[in-house]
Amino acid sequence: MNGSLPGAAIIAAVKSVGVRFVMAVPDIVSSEGLLHPISRDPELRLIRVCKEDEAIGISAGLTACGERSMLLIQHTGLLDSINALRAVAVEYSMPICLMVGLLEKEPGVAPTKSGRFGVRIVEPILDTMGIAHHLLETEDDVPTISKAIDWAYVESKPVVMLLGRRPSAP
Amino acid sequence: MITRDEGLRVLARQIPDDIVIAVYSTAFDWVQIRPHVLNYFAVGAMGLASSHGLGLALGRPNRRVIVLDGDGSLLMNLGSLATIANAAPKNFFHFVCENGTYEANGDHPIPGRGRLSFAGLAREAGYAATHEFADLAHFEQQIGNVLGQTGPVLIDLKLVPGAESPRDYRGLYAAERRAAFRAAVMRL
Repeated sequence: MNGSLPGAAIIAAVKSVGVRFVMAVPDIVSSEGLLHPISRDPELRLIRVCKEDEAIGISAGLTACGERSMLLIQHTGLLDSINALRAVAVEYSMPICLMVGLLEKEPGVAPTKSGRFGVRIVEPILDTMGIAHHLLETEDDVPTISKAIDWAYVESKPVVMLLGRRPSAP
Repeated sequence: MITRDEGLRVLARQIPDDIVIAVYSTAFDWVQIRPHVLNYFAVGAMGLASSHGLGLALGRPNRRVIVLDGDGSLLMNLGSLATIANAAPKNFFHFVCENGTYEANGDHPIPGRGRLSFAGLAREAGYAATHEFADLAHFEQQIGNVLGQTGPVLIDLKLVPGAESPRDYRGLYAAERRAAFRAAVMRL
């Protein structure tokens, strides 16, 4: 198992399945490896939002137009957006795709075993809400991304991809 | 002040086939005044109308997108003003139906009632244009020009409730309505 998570491979995987819009609130976990490169990528339109639940609404509107999108946020923002996720993503069964940085999670440690309370509760909350989730810990996990996003749009259901460590800058 | 149903009737005459996102009391009035497959009520969480509208405006840049927001609703998502101004969709028209209360939740006053300026907030956030209307005749005279402007535009309507429409929550948020809207937008 490789001990790094290459940002370039993540971005390539996201683009490979037709994502053209990324809505983001800056997160130190994904800042260097994902958000800065995405901001310079001519194939992606970056929408900078002030608060994470805005992005859930934007993604729903884009979905109605047949456009694929992804949220890039921190787990604190995920926790802050539970009601929007409940209503828009789960009850309306929308393909909301979220890539979520687990701030201060220890690399190589399962989220539920983290020493950080806020990290430990993320997966149990998603399980309670019936939201599919995948952990991206190393390069070996990158192929999960395109499958997860395609699954979300085919099934019209939300999916969360958890960043278990900081992606490396391209 | 403008009665809501009268104001919405004036607006409906100008936008027979536009995408419209409406919330709460305004949504119930709007669906009676302009029944249309391009009405969108699936906001899901209070405050998110402007965000859904931004997504639709970005996804259909050649179609006018009208958001009929509430004042209490917009207060829950004020950051969206900065987000929308930054994204700068030229086809985005953001109406605030300002009645000063959380009408659907017991008529309690919004914070800052009578002191807040939604047009001022939008202007300072960077909207391309802002307007306020408290008189029906003036609104009727100006709305055609307003809708011809380059967005994002915020229009604050000072409203009082008018004739009340049926409150059919189930029908408004039905899955069939959401599916029909999506199919219609995909054909645009």
